[in-house]
Formats: sequence, C-alpha cells, structure tokens
Amino acid sequence: MVPISYYVILSAVLFGLGVVGFVFKRNIITIFMAIELMLNAVNLAFVAFGTEFNQLDGLVFVFFVIVVAAAEVAVGLGIVIVVARNRKSLNVEDVNLLKF
Amino acid sequence: MFILNHLWIILALPLAGFAISLLAGRHWPHKYVNFSSVTAVVLAFLAFCELAREFVHLAPQQPWIQSYFTWMTAGNFRVDFALQVDQLTMVMLGVVTLVGMLIHIYSTGYMAHEEGYYRFFAEMNLFMFFMLTLVMAANLVLMFVGWEGVGLCSYLLISFFFQKKSAADAGKKAFITTRIGDFGFTLGILLAFWTFHAVDFKTIFAQAANMPVEGMHSWGVLTSICLLLFAGAVGKSAQLPLYVWLPDAMEGPTPVSALIHAATMVTAGVYMVSRMHVLFSRAPAAMLAVAIVGAITAFYSATIGLAQTDIKKVLAYSTVSQLGYMFLGCGVGAYAAGIFHLMTHAFFKGLLFLAAGSVIHAMGGEQDMRNMGGLWKKIPWTYATMLIATLAISGAPLFAGFFSKDEILFEAYAGPNANHVLYGFGIAGALLTACYMFRLIFLTFHGKPRYDEHHVHAHESPKTMLVPLVILAILSIFGGWVALPPYWGGVNYFDSFLGPAFQTSSELAAKLNPSWVEPAHSLELQMTGIAVAVALIGFLIAWYVYILKPELPKKIAQGFRPIHQLLLQKYYVDELYEAVIVGPCVWLSRNVLWKIIDVGLIDGTVNGLAFLSRGVGGGLRHIQGGNTRSYAAWVVAGAVAVTIFFVWMVR
Amino acid sequence: MSIAMALFIVCGALTIFGAVGLILAKEPVHSALSLILVMVALAVLYLLLGAEFIAAIQILVYAGAIMVLFVFVIMLLNAGEEVRTNLSRLARWVGLPLGVFFLAEMGYLLFHEYAGRAAGAANAPVVASTTDLSMKLFTEFVLPFELTSILILIAVLGAMVLARKEPQ
Repeated sequence: MVPISYYVILSAVLFGLGVVGFVFKRNIITIFMAIELMLNAVNLAFVAFGTEFNQLDGLVFVFFVIVVAAAEVAVGLGIVIVVARNRKSLNVEDVNLLKF
Repeated sequence: MFILNHLWIILALPLAGFAISLLAGRHWPHKYVNFSSVTAVVLAFLAFCELAREFVHLAPQQPWIQSYFTWMTAGNFRVDFALQVDQLTMVMLGVVTLVGMLIHIYSTGYMAHEEGYYRFFAEMNLFMFFMLTLVMAANLVLMFVGWEGVGLCSYLLISFFFQKKSAADAGKKAFITTRIGDFGFTLGILLAFWTFHAVDFKTIFAQAANMPVEGMHSWGVLTSICLLLFAGAVGKSAQLPLYVWLPDAMEGPTPVSALIHAATMVTAGVYMVSRMHVLFSRAPAAMLAVAIVGAITAFYSATIGLAQTDIKKVLAYSTVSQLGYMFLGCGVGAYAAGIFHLMTHAFFKGLLFLAAGSVIHAMGGEQDMRNMGGLWKKIPWTYATMLIATLAISGAPLFAGFFSKDEILFEAYAGPNANHVLYGFGIAGALLTACYMFRLIFLTFHGKPRYDEHHVHAHESPKTMLVPLVILAILSIFGGWVALPPYWGGVNYFDSFLGPAFQTSSELAAKLNPSWVEPAHSLELQMTGIAVAVALIGFLIAWYVYILKPELPKKIAQGFRPIHQLLLQKYYVDELYEAVIVGPCVWLSRNVLWKIIDVGLIDGTVNGLAFLSRGVGGGLRHIQGGNTRSYAAWVVAGAVAVTIFFVWMVR
Repeated sequence: MSIAMALFIVCGALTIFGAVGLILAKEPVHSALSLILVMVALAVLYLLLGAEFIAAIQILVYAGAIMVLFVFVIMLLNAGEEVRTNLSRLARWVGLPLGVFFLAEMGYLLFHEYAGRAAGAANAPVVASTTDLSMKLFTEFVLPFELTSILILIAVLGAMVLARKEPQ
C-alpha cells in the first residue's frame, strides 16, 4: 500500500507551492487561489492521518475546513470586488494607501 | 515637679516662637514679632528657673530621663525622643536660656532698623530650640539632631545679609567646615552603636563603666570613638585645624556672633566632650589629644588676635583661644573646670560682643579699630561694661574669668593628668590674651579720635541694648564667685554641684594615678600668683605700646614686617586650604563631575536611550510600509520561524 | 507496483502539475482551471484513502461551488493579463530562500519520522462510512456544526453588504 509518508510529503509540497504562490503573485484573486491551495494541502494531510490512525476526527475536521473555506471565499471575494472598484486595479501593489 | 515631668515645654517654647514669627511675622510691626519671639525665650528662661528649683529640691543622683516617643527602630537600633536632666544639663540650660534671653532683648534694639526683622528672630528662636535639644538630649542621635540644627541656624544667621557675597560665602564656609567635623561625629556614633549596641547615654555609660581603661599607646575602640566624636567637636567648636570658619562668621549681625559664636553653639563641642566623660576618661590617648589640640589652639589663636584690626575679628580669635582653654581643661580631666570656664566665658564673651555691637552701632557701622579712638567719654556705659569684660577675660583677680582660667591652668599643672608643656602653652596664651584684649580697649576707647568727628556722631545705645550689657557685666564680676577655691577659704559650690555628674571620672582618675597627691595650698597660691603676674605683664605691654608710646605699633609692624604680615594674614591658613583642598575640589567638580560624568555619562545615557529608541523605531517602521506584498512575506517568515521553533523544541 | 501506488503517483503528479500551473499561469482564468485540476485529483486521492464522503464533498463544494465562484469573479472583474513587475526586494532575497528552506526541512522531517511506517500501512484502508461520519458529526461535534451554520449566515450577509452598489 501507499505509505502514509508519501501522502504527507505530497501535502507538504502542495503547501509549499501554495506559499510560493501567495508570496509571488500579484493578482489578488490569484493570491486567494494560492491560499485555497494551501488549505487543500492541509486537508490532504488531515485525511491521511485520519485514515492512518483510524480516527474519524480527522475527517470531521476536513469537513469543517471545507465549510469555513467556503464562507471565507464568499466574504473574501466580496472584499476583492470592493477593492477592485476602489483602486480600479486588481494588482495587489496598488492597494498602497497606507504607504509611508 | 511640673517642669520635670514636662521637659518638652522648654523645647516647645522657642519652637512656637519660630513658627509664629516665620509664618506670620512678615508684615507684622516689630512689637508683635518681639511678643512672639522674645517672650518665647523669656518664658523658656523662667521655665528653667522653675526647673532649677525643682531639680535642687529633688537632688537626684542619677540623670532624670523623660522619654516621649520612639523615633526610630531598626532591629537593635533604637532612638527615642528622650530628654534628660542632670547637673551638667542644668548648667548648660542656665547658660543657654539666660544668655539667649539677654541677647534676644538686645537684638530688639540692635536689629531695629534692619530688613527681615521677623526672619532674624525666627532663626534665633529656631537656634534656641536646637541648642536646647542638643543640651537636653538623652542619646547620641538626638544630640546630633541638635548639633546639625544649630549648624543650620548658624548658616542661616551668618548669611542673614545674604545679598552680600561675603556674608553668603561665610555662611557656606561655616557649614561646610563644620560638616567635615560632623562626618567624624557620625562615624563616632556608628562606632559607638556597633560597640555598645545602643545609642542612649544611660546604656552606653553603664556598659563603658565595665570596660577596661585603654593604654596610652594601644588604639582600642573607646579611643577611636572618642577621637571621632572629638573630630566633630573640632569642627563645631572651631579648634585647629577647622577653626577657619569662625572669623569669617563675623559677617553675621553682632547678636548672632554673641549668641552663637561665643556663648552657645561653639560650646557644644565642650559640652559633648564633658558629657562623654565616661568614655574619655577610659581613653587616655584621646584625652591627651583633646588637651593638646586645646592648648595649641589657645596659644595659636591668641597670636593671630594680636595683629587683627577688625574689632569683631579680634573677639572671634579670642573665642577660638578661650575654647582651646576649655578643651585643655577637659583634656586633663578637669571637666568641671572646663564647664565653669564655659559658663564664665558665655558671660564675658557675650558681653564683649554685645558691647562691640554697641560700639559699632555708635560709630554708624565702623568696625575697624584703626578708625576709632577716644570713645570712652562719648559712650561711657559701653566703655564701662566692656572694660569689666576685658578684666574678666584677662584673669584679673576676683572677676569671673580669673577663677575659671586659674582652675584650668592649675589642673593642667598639678592635676592627676598634668602636663607641663601644655601648661606652658596655656600660660603663654594667658599673657597674649591680656595683651590683645587691652590693645582692643586702648585702640577703641582711648587716645585721640582717629575718625572724622563731624561725620560720625558717636552716641550711646538705647536702653534695650544697654540693660543686657549691664546684667552681663554684673555676672562677669560675680559669676565666678560660685566656685571660690578652698585655699581662699571659700566653698566651691560649682564643683560640688557638678560633682555627681562627673563622679565616675573623678573616681577613675584617682584609681589610675595612685601616686598623685593633692597639691598643697601653697602651690595653688603660687600658681595663682604666676597667673596674675602674667596677666599684669600683658596689660603693661599693651599699656606701653598703645598708650605711652602710640607711635610704637607702626614701628614694630615695619620692623618685624614678615612676622606682622604672617599674623595679620592669619598664617595664610585660608589661602593654604584654598590651594590644597578647595581648589582641587572645585577643579574636580567642574572638570570631572560636571563635564565628564554629568554631561557625558548621565546626559549621554539619557540622550543615548532616546537616540536608540528613535533609531530602532526608524528601523522597525519598515515592517509596515504599506506594501501588501511585504506583509505577505512577513507573514510567511513568521510562520516559518514559529514552525522551526516548535520543531526544534520537540527535538 | 500495486494499483493503489500507480494511482497515487498519477494523481500526485496531477496535483503537482496543477499547483505549478497555478503559479506559472499568466492569466487568472488559467490559474483557476489549474486549481480545479488540483481539486479533482485530490478528490481521487481521498477516495484512495477511503474517505468517500470527503471526496464527494470536495468535488461538490470545493470544485463545484468555490471554484465556480472564483471564475465568476474573475469574469466579472475582467481580470486581464498579469503584469510582471519586479519582485519586492524582501520577497526576492528572503522569501525565496526561506521557502526553499522550509520545504527542504519539512521534507526531511517527514521522511525521518515516517520512513519506518511503510510497513504499518500494509493494512487495507478501512473505508470510513458516511454513517459513522455523520454519527460523529451530529453527536460529538454538534456545537461546531451549529456554529459553522451561523458562520455561513454571517458570510452571506457580509458578502451581500460588501458587494452591493454604493447608495447614490
């Protein structure tokens, strides 16, 4: 069978890629998507461990993560729309009114 | 038994006078200030009279102690506000209240035209309070409170005319110089506490009575305590080498010089040494030091007085010299004689100063004797009283000073701790005393007037100033008669009164010197004769030089110019201190403590902290620069750091 | 090589492709599509692990609702090509090395911790039944469940307030 460590490493790699995207992309929506990628990576890790130790708690947690991610996306995209309206641009570097 | 049970009244009266005069006296007419301050002191004197009556009636053999409240405790260390009265205290109280009262009355006349009348009387009352505290204290710490307090009042009163720079400087000099002595005093108190585990006299003396007598060449703890305490006395009582403040203190008004620097404050040192006689008599080395310092100061100061031209400065050096005699008396074990001389000195020196004040008042402020002369016709009362005081201080027979000085010199020559060298200094000093005192009289009152008679109208002083002079003059004549020596066929009431106070020491002296024999009466008569002869010689010298051959002083001054300059410039001691001590101190303060430590170190630290703050803040503000992507980067960096931390912690 | 392993490798590769595609895509729409690919592949992985309910939820909610929402907003805002500007200095010099280091470290740790467990996974994966899952959900975790419903309510309200037109 597939050793659990493979799943966990895959999860870590995905998480790292998500971090990279979070740091390096300029479009707000793309950054958001990178955050979603990170959440998914974590979900994978949870499921893997839940199955490994035969605990259903892991799966329940994944359920909740998905729910919260949904709510977060709803509100977050609402904010993105407002920001895009105000700054007339989707570049995160244009959200700089607090610049010293 | 009223006052004995309420000793605090004697302290409270001058304190109340101080408070009232200070707080309310600014806009009062002089009458009211007199009412609060002068009556306070008069009442204090009356309280003393009542106390004396009760005390004599009770005749206690042990000191009568009243403890009012515990002032401070810290483990073993316990100081009560406790007052004690024994025979020594009674004598001191009498001197302080009587002379203080007379001088307060005199001041109402002398200070009548001065600014700050209320301030003067407030400070004088405060001084009375502290002096009485010093005299009645039942433990070392309370005595030190009084000690410091009189120093404070001395400073305030010397710089009474504070707008004059010389007066302000004199006040500072007095305070700082006595401070040096007070440092020794404090160390003495600490050492005493460390040795006896208590600071009140009763406990200390009880324990000391059981301690062995320390040898002349072994430096025991008692000797150290005594020497340290004596250091304080050297400062406060203006002995060598800390006497330099007293002549400068003449910048203060004349009543101040009379009260503080003649009769009371400067005698605090003598009182302290006498009070601690139990310790001193067990430390012969310390006693010898006291005697040596006293004798040398007596002679040294008299030489300076010979050449001074300011009338008050002559009296100041005379005070230093007479204090030397008192210490000489205490140093050879004749404590009662020292205190006796303290009492008579308060009378005649107080009188001398007050009369000098009267002269200055008559001359409209002139203090230089070279500009006086021929005043005896114009201010006869002042002249008469001053002459009486001069006879007393020179040791003319039957006047007050005669008996007291004589007793000291006799004890120095033939007492249990006799020392002929010191006696030599003493007798030489007596000659010089007579000489310079009569020089003062002749220059001031006799001869032709050396001032412009049209500008200065010498007039007699008002009654408020003359009456105290007369009272003190009477005391200067008859004050010595309480201690008529036995060989005259009289009874020495003074010594027998003070006997119980000094009992332990006299018994110890007898034990230590078994070979000492009571000297024969004939020896006493001989010594008296020598003393009188010496005084007469001094008088004759002064007569010859200043009356018979008035041109002689100038010739002597020119002929012996180096010596005359040396004496006139007070042996250049002030200049020496300035160069050796004061100059380096000021240099150190200015260049090291101010420029390096205060500006560089302290300001530098504070400014440096501010600078650091600003720098760190300036650096840190870039974390939040408004750049969203850098926020993102910081978030990730933080997350990584936390992860690493936890990972390594688990390991 | 068992079927499970082969499937894992394929789906794993697909996820990695999708993630890399997310990062490297120029257009936001392309990033969204890559992300959808990632999610579908992850769903298959969940199935492989025996979490059938979760796999279904993943497809339905994540790929089906959330990603659709993303695409909607991208279309709405007419997000164009991404402009390449310079990386912020901090990101370039600190972020990149940090990211690489992080990855390396996690990999190292996980390898060490779980390398020995290869044998442990010899058991056949137990399929977590939906019944058991819902039992747990509605008894032990009923409070979080209710709270998440409130959360969704708040999210709906928030989204409505945020995105409405300014009152003129």
